[in-house]
Amino acid sequence: MAVATFFGARVNRREDPRLVTGNGLYTADVVLPNMVHAAFLRSPYAHARIKSINTEKAKALPGVIVVVTGKDIASKLNPVPCAWQLTNAEIKVPKYYPLEIDKVRYVGDPVAVVVAETPYQAADALEAIEVEYEPLQAVVDQESACKPDAPLLYDNDVPNNLAFHWKISSGDVSRAFAEAEVTVKERLVNQRLLPTAIEPRGALAQYNPSKDELTVWITSQNPHVHRLLLSLMTGIPEHKIRVISQDVGGGFGSKIPCYGPEAVVVLLAKELLLPVKWIEDRRENYVSTIHGRDHVEYVELAGKFDGTITGIKVITYANLGAWLSTAAPGVPTILFGTMLSGPYKIKNLECEVFGVLTNTTAVDAYRGAGRPEATFILERIVDIFARKINMDPSEVRIKNFIPRDAFPYTTPTGLTYDSGDYEGTLRRALEISGYKDLREEQAARLKSFLQESTETGKRKRTKEKLIGIGLSSYVEVCGLGPSSIVRSTGFALGLWESATVRVHPSGKVSVFTGGHPHGQGEETTFAQIVASELGVNLEDVEVVHGDTDKVPFGMGTYGSRTTPVAGGAIVFACRKIKEKARKIAAHLLEAREDDIVFDSGRFYVRGSPGTAKTLAEVAWASYGAGSSELPSGLEPGLENTTFYDPPNFVFPFGTHVCVVEVDTETGQVKIKKYVAVDDCGKQINPMIVEGQVHGGIAQGVAQALWEAAVYDKDGNLVTSTLSDYAVPTAYELPSYETASTETPSPHHPLGIKGVGETGTIASTPAVVNAVCDALSNFGVKNIDMPLVPEKIWRILSSSSPRLESPSSTTSPS
Amino acid sequence: MSERGASSSSSRESSPPHSTEAGGRSGGSSSKRKKKKSVSGAQSGISDLEAALSGRKTIQVKVNGRVYQREVEPRLLLVDFIRDHLGLKGTHIGCDTTNCGACTVILGGKSVKSCTMFAVQADGEEILTIEGLANGKQQELHPIQKAFWDNHGLQCGFCTPGLIMQAYWLLTSENPNPTEEEIRLGISGNLCRCTGYHNIVKAIQSAATMLRSARAQEQVVVTAREGRR
Ligand code: FES
Ligand code: FES
Repeated sequence: MAVATFFGARVNRREDPRLVTGNGLYTADVVLPNMVHAAFLRSPYAHARIKSINTEKAKALPGVIVVVTGKDIASKLNPVPCAWQLTNAEIKVPKYYPLEIDKVRYVGDPVAVVVAETPYQAADALEAIEVEYEPLQAVVDQESACKPDAPLLYDNDVPNNLAFHWKISSGDVSRAFAEAEVTVKERLVNQRLLPTAIEPRGALAQYNPSKDELTVWITSQNPHVHRLLLSLMTGIPEHKIRVISQDVGGGFGSKIPCYGPEAVVVLLAKELLLPVKWIEDRRENYVSTIHGRDHVEYVELAGKFDGTITGIKVITYANLGAWLSTAAPGVPTILFGTMLSGPYKIKNLECEVFGVLTNTTAVDAYRGAGRPEATFILERIVDIFARKINMDPSEVRIKNFIPRDAFPYTTPTGLTYDSGDYEGTLRRALEISGYKDLREEQAARLKSFLQESTETGKRKRTKEKLIGIGLSSYVEVCGLGPSSIVRSTGFALGLWESATVRVHPSGKVSVFTGGHPHGQGEETTFAQIVASELGVNLEDVEVVHGDTDKVPFGMGTYGSRTTPVAGGAIVFACRKIKEKARKIAAHLLEAREDDIVFDSGRFYVRGSPGTAKTLAEVAWASYGAGSSELPSGLEPGLENTTFYDPPNFVFPFGTHVCVVEVDTETGQVKIKKYVAVDDCGKQINPMIVEGQVHGGIAQGVAQALWEAAVYDKDGNLVTSTLSDYAVPTAYELPSYETASTETPSPHHPLGIKGVGETGTIASTPAVVNAVCDALSNFGVKNIDMPLVPEKIWRILSSSSPRLESPSSTTSPS
Repeated sequence: MSERGASSSSSRESSPPHSTEAGGRSGGSSSKRKKKKSVSGAQSGISDLEAALSGRKTIQVKVNGRVYQREVEPRLLLVDFIRDHLGLKGTHIGCDTTNCGACTVILGGKSVKSCTMFAVQADGEEILTIEGLANGKQQELHPIQKAFWDNHGLQCGFCTPGLIMQAYWLLTSENPNPTEEEIRLGISGNLCRCTGYHNIVKAIQSAATMLRSARAQEQVVVTAREGRR
């Protein structure tokens, strides 16, 4: 078996046969005998006092087993924990209970729970619960919420609703701005998004009284973290809870946090001695599962006319919603502020972040988490700067890129970029997209557009479509991460990853990973790693994850960390197994260990490849079942558990080019071409890498063009169904052209970097830059996302185009 | 907190009733049954609906070649019937507004969103779910399933059964030779959050080619009904 073919091969995913036949096992699919169903009553008010709750009528309905209010269980459940409490800023973590007790703080806040024999009966009973509320004034936007006269969510526990005020700075920003030849500034809004995993969240808990143990099936990206947080909330010891999460239908960050209702389900199962199941419906998902982004940013850039960027200043108002969700404080700070210099050698940088509580659903990590927000403002302001100094946006980027020979490169915020060739990906993207020709086509189109509109005298009636070209270059911090660094930022745990690799007596291999892939394909890529490392057949490797009783404590899947970090743990476990196997092989071959060669799954004495022991033979011997005894002093068995704490993060990067056509009659934007050139180091399975990039681009494009979670001023989520929240279909999205360069991470044993979020990070600014580019002759500097036809139509109908080539427009700042 | 009896598990009125199997793999026998309602039977009148709402109703459906008879609440959604009463968990639920298509099945030859019909409306109908597309086992895949696999047309897999059923309808009933645009339009009632659709479109293109060449060679295309015999 040619081992090298595994690593880097486009191997079909082993996850798929079960999933394409309907044999996946998602949380909602698990059925237990005597299972009963929970449903949560959620607040219709964004901010109100709970005056009374009457559950009598509900309790009398058929099938209803119990109705419980926040008051009933106040003494039984601890507040929902927040696991990322900042260290370099004072942080106020309010007490937020799994079921609210005297006050509700957002529409969707749970106040009571029903358990009934069927989900339908539970839903009926919700309608029979009578709650008397005293409505209070609500505040939904973060800039108003931290003003002195704003209503307070937690009274004096969180003055001004300000959970934290975080700052980072380096260099001399005042001087950079004082000496700048040119400055640009802009208010940029990174709108709130709904993660929208197609599988809603849910949990099923079963208590086993004979062992005093709980089993919890849950939609989770990190089963061990869920177990720990459930234990903290319920007081049930961690070792008495088993969390199982088999197939998960997408997460995108929304299944990282531990939510109050999950703990309620666990408690109910224990108290009722019945398996209790709760599955969200979509509306419930939209109002109560975390949201993403929601920043208002004030951005300023200082530079020179030759294109050099000398400084950047950012003030961010981050909307955190009504409670501090599991990782929420780290997202708009550590994962955002530290990345604000991006791929550029900007030395002077200043960022302050106001983390504000509002009467809305909590905001936490959504695909990219902080890094898309950072890349968005940087790539937007760089384009605005380029236009102001009349320079092609690609040239401004090239001028400021950290050069490829400057790695490892320490950024002004203290990160050490491992490796990169930023100009390489940009040049490749320009080449693939035919950038030069595109600019010519754009100019020609503009000319005929202006001619046509002059001839007809009715500009708005022209059939011509304008072309816009948008670039976006990014570098992403991922592979979270070295525990010493993440701990210093206030994260409650280290971010290492675990792996157990077990070679069975027959030579078959089981891999137990602390990562928990849910679409990213690591059941396949991890088998590829093991097959390559141990020289065994791919089919002889099983990858196990998502069960806390099987897998050593693991941190889970998010932040593009699983392949680099969990993959790293697997590599080192395999290598330790090989070391031991070499000793056994030497013993079996009656040779010195130093003389043993390992090649393609076979051990032999150097120079005599004809007489070899396979890994299976060595494994057989290791269990004492072989013909010879083990070398003296060596423990039997052939398995290893490794906890891999990476020495650094990994930093994938790339450049995307988006070409749009703007219909001047309707304001409709159509993506004509989308080119992504990404560099995630060595690729285990390019097919899976491409798939990750595609999906990421789609989500980023969706933010740019269509999606927005909208609240009215009273705190109602207006976009609370999939009819209102515009997740794009296949008909709206384009095909993508993907390519890659390969700059391995020097500190990773396989040279790999993560790729799960790159598409989302890069694509949003690429699309917005393209649309603003198309409209630059209308005096447009910025349009707030999403760039829906109406907004663009209004611009087109209210302003006159000026005859300037798109790359030489000077817009006021 | 256990006012209604913590250990209560007795069957109350609207818990799923015991099943009455009506004859396993029925082959041709179902053709003798009278069709009571078509897909568009929803239109047969408010009064019907009201009458139906007043009590439980016994329905008979043929799913993946097997006939089931069950007594159901009139308000029971078809998707819940398929999942919870028949135990066919491959049909998924991703929304409550008929947008996501995770629940797509073939009913009476048409693709329908099974969350948007009542089980009673399916009385007398023939339904094909993802489990019936090939033989429900992972060793034997329908060309569309194979194409999704080969083209990396899925990631988390939650949307996948619905998309495969929609593609099945598109390619076998609607348009065996669709353009890319027709494919994109044809699956625009199904949402996928993971893949960005690129590889799904490729998968359906490749499945279309496979199905066409299979037809050209006059090979038997495996449909659930035939495959189940
Ligand atoms: S569950 Fe049927 S369309 Fe979403
Ligand atoms: S594969 Fe996850 S939603 Fe489509």
